[in-house]
Amino acid sequence: MINVGDAVPTKVFYLDRDLLKAYADASGDQNPIHQSEEFAISVGLPNVIAHGMLTMALVGKFVTDWAGGSANVKEFSARFIKPVIVPAREKVDLTVTATVVEIEGELIRLDLTATSAGVKVLGMAKACVHAANL
Amino acid sequence: MINPDSVGRTFDGADLVTVTQSEIDAFAAVIGESDTSVAPPTFSIRISLSQYESILTKPEIGVDWTRLVHGDQKFEIFRPIVSGDVFKCSATIETLRTVAGNEIISVRSDLHNGAELVVSSWSTLVVRG
Repeated sequence: MINVGDAVPTKVFYLDRDLLKAYADASGDQNPIHQSEEFAISVGLPNVIAHGMLTMALVGKFVTDWAGGSANVKEFSARFIKPVIVPAREKVDLTVTATVVEIEGELIRLDLTATSAGVKVLGMAKACVHAANL
Repeated sequence: MINPDSVGRTFDGADLVTVTQSEIDAFAAVIGESDTSVAPPTFSIRISLSQYESILTKPEIGVDWTRLVHGDQKFEIFRPIVSGDVFKCSATIETLRTVAGNEIISVRSDLHNGAELVVSSWSTLVVRG
């Protein structure tokens, strides 16, 4: 039984430069700010940053796992408020949690929180999932 | 500067886009998703962003893609994308505003497989001044 106010257990993903390259190839977004430290710094960034959409894709995996599969995700939205900074040869965390905020029939709405190195990276992150199998 | 006359207009992508299983597999592998019978929920950004790039950088619209930052993103998924879907893509420029020297453009992408609307998504894109 799912109730409004329930917390979805926290999950931690880890990002590194190899994952950014793999996402660039899988998504077609080859913007050099996600791969080249020299380029990222030249445009005023502190270091290479993850694609916002990679962050969102990983949070989407968190939602999908809870919802029992990709097919159950009906709406998904987020604002990119801070970059996930990915230094060379390091793994940085993406820590995701959620709370059930609304239940209407078989649809469940989640508010999501995503942080990296303790900094909130997504704002207004929300998903609506179909709960037939939950 | 982005041409303000483009606001409210819908632009159709030039080509139909066919989704392949290998594209779904590659996207799923990055996020550790083992079920590739349907595409992950954000997969459609792969299609929409490339459509936006080809449409919004046209001279009559004038977005400088090298100065672009993604502000926010929303998906409405009417059914999951599967291998073999053939999408006609359209992009609608919904709003354009300037804040602190940055141009902020809100654009909607609709992916149709034949007459069926499969995914609508909204992106806020910031062109840094």
